[in-house]
Amino acid sequence: MRQYVLKRLLHSALTLFGVSLVVFGILRVLPGDPARMLLPEGAPNSAVEELSRQLGLREPLWVQYGIFLRSVVRGDFGQSFQFRAPAGAVVAERIPATVHLSLVAFALTVAFGVPVGILAAARHRTGYDYAGMFLAALGQSLPNFWLGIMLVLLFGVALGWLPTSDYKGPSYLVLPSITLAAFPTALVARLTRSSMLDVLGREYVRTARSKGLREGTVVLGHAVKNAAIPVVTILGLQIGVLLGGAVITESVFAWPGIGKLVVDSIFQRDFPVVQTILILSATVFIVINLLVDLLYTVLDPRIRYA
Amino acid sequence: MTVASGEKPAASGERGIPIARASPLVARRSSLVRHLRRNPLILVGGTVLLALVLAAVFAPLLAPADPLKTGFSTRVKPPAILGYDSAFLLGSDNLGRDILSRLLYGGRISLALAALAVVCSALLGVTLGLVSGYAGGWVDDVVMRVVDVQLSFPVIMLAIAVIAVVGTSPTALVGVLVLAGWVVYARTVRASVLSLKHQEYVQAARALGAGDLRIVVRHVLPNTQAPILVIATVQVATMILLESGLSFLGLGVQPPQPSWGSMLAEGRDYLSNAWWLATVPGIAISLAVLGANLVGDGLRDFLDPNLRGL
Repeated sequence: MRQYVLKRLLHSALTLFGVSLVVFGILRVLPGDPARMLLPEGAPNSAVEELSRQLGLREPLWVQYGIFLRSVVRGDFGQSFQFRAPAGAVVAERIPATVHLSLVAFALTVAFGVPVGILAAARHRTGYDYAGMFLAALGQSLPNFWLGIMLVLLFGVALGWLPTSDYKGPSYLVLPSITLAAFPTALVARLTRSSMLDVLGREYVRTARSKGLREGTVVLGHAVKNAAIPVVTILGLQIGVLLGGAVITESVFAWPGIGKLVVDSIFQRDFPVVQTILILSATVFIVINLLVDLLYTVLDPRIRYA
Repeated sequence: MTVASGEKPAASGERGIPIARASPLVARRSSLVRHLRRNPLILVGGTVLLALVLAAVFAPLLAPADPLKTGFSTRVKPPAILGYDSAFLLGSDNLGRDILSRLLYGGRISLALAALAVVCSALLGVTLGLVSGYAGGWVDDVVMRVVDVQLSFPVIMLAIAVIAVVGTSPTALVGVLVLAGWVVYARTVRASVLSLKHQEYVQAARALGAGDLRIVVRHVLPNTQAPILVIATVQVATMILLESGLSFLGLGVQPPQPSWGSMLAEGRDYLSNAWWLATVPGIAISLAVLGANLVGDGLRDFLDPNLRGL
């Protein structure tokens, strides 16, 4: 057990190291002068020169990487010239909006995806199954930017029931969170269904049934627990999907979170902010994956020996 | 030994478990027909996808107008198909361009980019997966850590960061799509190579003096074709979504070239007075993605139900 945890920790650390290399590399290895990219367009040559020296751009690459890493660890992500403030602070200010949106979307994913999957499996090859899987196929196929726009068209423009841009209260969460949740909900429903079908065909389920237990007890008591592991993994991975989906969803709904910030920053060529968001989202993803993997060992002690 | 299909790996595979799914397209053609009869969704999806591909290929013949031709007097006309009095079957956009024609030409770009991206991702991912799984050791470690790093970034964020630095161009777009796509192949192929490389027939080939390259290409690769095919089909859907998403954000195909994503983005500003501008291209994207997903699911269930998690 301890060895497994240590191994996982080491992997996460290595992955973080890789992430820092990629983020560093995007600006340094791809064509273009990093100092010019990190400064507003039309910055005077003296400023470019000054920043070049500060970033050590005249030094060998590995020294530059050292300087980059040291400032990131210190929490110094450079200056956002779009907002004339430290990039870290600019991003931090937008985090709550994205967290709220993602949490609500995640709750929707669990609240709809898991029960639909269980129901579809328990009523395999019935109307419930077909209806659930049809909805899931739809949820996986509608692009979220289009779904969002259609919801705006229906509930905003035509009916005028719900606000469609900005974030000023709970009602503003409704349309964006449905938009963001559609894809992961469909994925989770399908995976829950196939995992449940797999478990329901096992011998211990047959044993439970032949003992005369009620079907509800068999499904909810015996099967669900054993079908949970792949579902928990996929739920963990949905955090990444949600963060990615937030980029587009927030753009559709003018949501003041980091997804919209990253798109705006790219059009403003505000690279310090882009860098910060890349590092932040990758770190969040790595940490959550680590937690999910550790949660496994609690759910299924057999995994420790893997 | 008489083997009807003349395909060696399939023949030797009839005995072993992992190899039983080898070359299934050849070995189980009759069961494919049975599968299709029981699972008609794959045909529905295939038909939809094929229709869209044909429409895109023959766009120059089918399009009623020049997709780039603007006209002041023909701006935002509603779709005639819904009974409106209009010269445009699917309506016209804010610059007076024919939406149907733009849809057909946009389909060419969107589908061609998706197809190219799928092929390139498969080539890169399969190669790395084969090398990683077969070589093992530090090569395997390095490739798998790169996979981990790649998976840590939300695909779309990495994509927009790269495009922001290198600029928008079709090459950059395909590059970014490939960057997002190769990982799944590499992981899956590596896993099957790990289970295959100690199989008796691989050892037999080695005992007979076959070199590493020959073993990988002739004996290992053919047995990974089922998962590769499934991933590639499902990925057509992913790639269409990603490409249209990037074009929607303004980072993909650049105007005035039509693409489904950018048409949708342009239509967003006219929701209150011209709903069809954003609605029509979205339907096209959804149909293409749904078609590819249905085919992919059907293939997966047929070839290897164990691949469900992909």
